[in-house]
Amino acid sequence: MGAGLNGGRTIGDVVLDLQGISLAFGGVQALQEVTFDVREHEIRAIIGPNGAGKSSMLNVINGIYHPQQGTVTFNGVTRHSVNTHKAAVQGIARTFQNIALFKGMSVLDNIMTGRNLRMKSSLLAQALRVGSAEREEMEHREAVERVIDFLEIQAYRRTPVGRLPYGLQKRVDLARALAMEPNLLLLDEPMAGMNVEEKQDMCRFILDVNDQLGTTIVLIEHDMGVVMDISDRVVVLDYGKKIGDGTPAEVRGNQAVIDAYLGISH
Amino acid sequence: MRKNFNMIVLGVALMAGLIAPLVTGASSAGFYTEVLLGGLMAGVLYSLVALGFVLIFKASGVFNFAQGAMVLFAALSVARMAEMMPLWAAILLAVGIMVALAFVVERVVLRPLVNQDPVVLLMATLGVTYFLDGFGQTIWGSDIYEINLGIAKEPVMILGNLFEGGILINKDDVAATVAAALLVILLALFFQKTKTGRALRAVADDHLAAQSIGIPLNRIWVIVWSLAGVVALVAGVVWGAKLGVQFSISQVALKALPVVILGGFTSIPGAIVGGLIIGVGEKMAEVFLAPVMVKAFDLAGGGIENWFAYVLALLFLLVLPQGLFGEKHIDRV
Repeated sequence: MGAGLNGGRTIGDVVLDLQGISLAFGGVQALQEVTFDVREHEIRAIIGPNGAGKSSMLNVINGIYHPQQGTVTFNGVTRHSVNTHKAAVQGIARTFQNIALFKGMSVLDNIMTGRNLRMKSSLLAQALRVGSAEREEMEHREAVERVIDFLEIQAYRRTPVGRLPYGLQKRVDLARALAMEPNLLLLDEPMAGMNVEEKQDMCRFILDVNDQLGTTIVLIEHDMGVVMDISDRVVVLDYGKKIGDGTPAEVRGNQAVIDAYLGISH
Repeated sequence: MRKNFNMIVLGVALMAGLIAPLVTGASSAGFYTEVLLGGLMAGVLYSLVALGFVLIFKASGVFNFAQGAMVLFAALSVARMAEMMPLWAAILLAVGIMVALAFVVERVVLRPLVNQDPVVLLMATLGVTYFLDGFGQTIWGSDIYEINLGIAKEPVMILGNLFEGGILINKDDVAATVAAALLVILLALFFQKTKTGRALRAVADDHLAAQSIGIPLNRIWVIVWSLAGVVALVAGVVWGAKLGVQFSISQVALKALPVVILGGFTSIPGAIVGGLIIGVGEKMAEVFLAPVMVKAFDLAGGGIENWFAYVLALLFLLVLPQGLFGEKHIDRV
């Protein structure tokens, strides 16, 4: 299914290059010398058993964690560690494993926050809705409306997100990230806790984002079927070390991976 | 259902208490209105202090115990600097001081404690309270100082043709009310209509998610503490002009606590309405309820003003823990 749906786009050069990333919390080694890259327009999955360091890896890319060793090169800019603000400015957006939405706000306002970095009008102009600020707000509203249409959440615009069912909250989380018009989208278990139908919807959205918007995607997912279906390449982590890397077919045939992870169910 | 029932009972009881003096003929309409207005004016001041609490709680989930100390510090700064320069210059300079204070608090207190438990941050603001109380006295002195806004203190008579004897009202109270109303409108616009306002609300809800969309936490904290500082300044100047700038001002923070419980910790309108309810409730209770109680139970005297707000807050906590306009349950303090 994957290859067919992804047919329209071409995988480009390396946009994100991680070299020798090591991250420790006190005595716990979360990541050890992990090296892999992500190419433009591809869907790159990170898999591994619980505690393998998948989320830590995502948090390093996103700038929440600062690795003790290693470098992160994104769009040709190499850095040792980065802060979340810079990552966002560079065009890295993310969703969260445990939905992290702004619960007091409506769906629309939540998604609008994704446009914050792109808004330029002065405070006063915005507060008073002066012409140029009004125009800018309208432009951003249009961008947000496109995202809302894309993810099919038109009916919930004014609903406070706290009242939405879980699957829809996940979708709003994705919508907020998409509103940033990111170059690189990080998805932390986008399908965790969903029923089959919700998973299918989410799969479709991820593939559409990748295909129609050309967004490069790095995702963590536990559902093996999903991962093998939608990813172009897969990195396998176990106890903070990389034990496999390649296309889904290659990873499936990798003995170390089978032993550490897939072996359980085979 | 049961909860709604309790709320209705509480609401009806409050309304009944409010109109009882009029209905039972215990008070003339003119005197009643005067007490009501007096309560509203006092309430505005409570609202101003409560507003500072709400701003910081909204944006960082921190209950800022230092708000009262900030009011005192701002008032002291204005009062002492006004001795050396025109009042407007003193106020402008004091705004600068409050913003500088926000930077220092962010750098020295909040940044090292990022992602800590709210209780830790509460304790930290307690520390800020004592520091500010002491530091303010060290540099500005500990006497009672005056702030002269140039508004006549004598009460004026209004509505003389409507009520017998008219209604006495203080001009400085009216000025305070206008200032508070303006401040509230500006803040509401800022929070609802600007991207910084949206960012502030975002940070309040979820630090991590806010960071992930590129909202710089540190800058937001400086902004919100600066705002709280400016609100404290307005409250301090108004109180100071009315009662003189003295240490007891910092105790208004304790009066603002019932206000935020009533209005909800995260709601700006809540702070305003809560302040007005407490202000009116206190005055009404003192003037109309106290004599009845003294007579009925053969008590020594009133003093009801001192505890009425807290009892009201307690009732609200039992029936409506998130307050009138609160977004969610207060599980953080």
